[in-house]
Amino acid sequence: MASTIRVRATSSGETTEVQALIQHPMDSGFVKDAKGEIIPPHFIQQLTFEYDGKSVFVADWGGGVSKDPYVKFSFKGGKKGDDLKVSWIDNKGATDTTTAKIQ
Amino acid sequence: MNVRSAIHFFSAALALAVLAFTAVPSAVAAADTPDPVADAKAFQKFFTEKFPKLKLEDFVNGPYSMNEDLHRQWEEKEQFPPYEFSLDMGKEMFTKPFKNGKSYADCFPNGGIGIRQNYPYFDEKEGKVVTLELALNRCREANGEAPFSYVKDEMAALTAYMAFTSRGKPFDIKIPNDPRALEAYQNGKRYFYTRRGQLNFSCATCHVQSPGERIRAEVLAPALGILNAMPIYRSEWSGMGTTSRRFTTCNSQIRGVPLNPQDDEYRDLEYYLSYVSNGLPISGPGARP
Amino acid sequence: MRMLSLAWLLLIAGATPLSAASSEADFKAAYAAAEAANKEAGALRNQWTVTSAALAAAKKAADSGDFDQAVASSKEAEALAKASIFQATSEKTLWKDLEIR
Repeated sequence: MASTIRVRATSSGETTEVQALIQHPMDSGFVKDAKGEIIPPHFIQQLTFEYDGKSVFVADWGGGVSKDPYVKFSFKGGKKGDDLKVSWIDNKGATDTTTAKIQ
Repeated sequence: MNVRSAIHFFSAALALAVLAFTAVPSAVAAADTPDPVADAKAFQKFFTEKFPKLKLEDFVNGPYSMNEDLHRQWEEKEQFPPYEFSLDMGKEMFTKPFKNGKSYADCFPNGGIGIRQNYPYFDEKEGKVVTLELALNRCREANGEAPFSYVKDEMAALTAYMAFTSRGKPFDIKIPNDPRALEAYQNGKRYFYTRRGQLNFSCATCHVQSPGERIRAEVLAPALGILNAMPIYRSEWSGMGTTSRRFTTCNSQIRGVPLNPQDDEYRDLEYYLSYVSNGLPISGPGARP
Repeated sequence: MRMLSLAWLLLIAGATPLSAASSEADFKAAYAAAEAANKEAGALRNQWTVTSAALAAAKKAADSGDFDQAVASSKEAEALAKASIFQATSEKTLWKDLEIR
């Protein structure tokens, strides 16, 4: 199955800029469908970016984040060719993870 | 002059007078005959004069060319565009054969690749405008598949992929030398400028009179190049939407009951709007607020 | 004499509200008129969403027995439908005013 995470990390020497697009419905649990029934909550609860065994970015999310979330951030360090690991877990216990090389 | 020649003279004069009078109505009719070439020229001139700092191809980015802050945000977003998932799905759908073994490629010139800029076209056999969405569903039905809804994800994904294969190619809409094609063009033009809905807006009210200005929190796009980015991932929709979806939702937004997707009026409207943007590059699939 | 005619006037004026209570028949007539106008707007391909909403409100009021409201909503729907017809008809020529030339 194709990964839900697309990530691009670019190192400028001192800092690494990371962009990620994640495919996820991010249903808040407050929206009703066409029949008038509540669409149950289904959203990422935690998103983690790890570099060199340490977390460089952790997001604790809820239903307020929109569908197919996009994240952009920078962290100090990070070398070209190194691995950056991205993983998430949602409120149903589902997870996905991917590893990208820093460019 | 004898009586006979006098009678001849008068009947000739009468004949001339009758001819002169019948000649006038046709002159009036000529003034009413649409001139799409002149229309397109005037249309593009109107917008380029209104926004002199923009290059012609900038107009296809709609609100992002109207507002610097929005433009900056959009440029960042384009590095990782929200329509990527829909585009991937569209490519998968397009290349997957139907149950009968045939595929979309069999229905379209050049296998359906790099042809989006030629749609809509006027089908002289049918005597009507054919849009890309309509052609896709006809292809499905001709091959024993159920048609897709014009306003949901599948049609949006398919048209996203086809638009993507045409990125950069200029709109090349043709109006054949056929009075029915001219009529369809004129119908589309009339629809564009006609006020409707309880709010009494026409398409022109927002996209000709007020591009770059705001309606509530949204910055309005200019009508020039407005279809070049279709289909679009709209943040407002949290998803991908077709031209049909935009036409119908816009109607309800101004409190007019929408027509059915791909009704004649919408097909003609798409024909007109695409034609007057001839020369501007396809930028779809796009993203919008 | 004058006071007497004024009194008559007041009596007559006071009497009219009593006959204003609408019946189901009143509703049916008003609703039919509104529907007909909306249908005409439909033939012109120019119905308004608010017209449909008013018609729905009229029906809902009638179903709960409030015929005064039902008639009022029907009349509102008819007025909206007529406005949409006027819009479609006048726009047949007025659209040219907006056209870029």
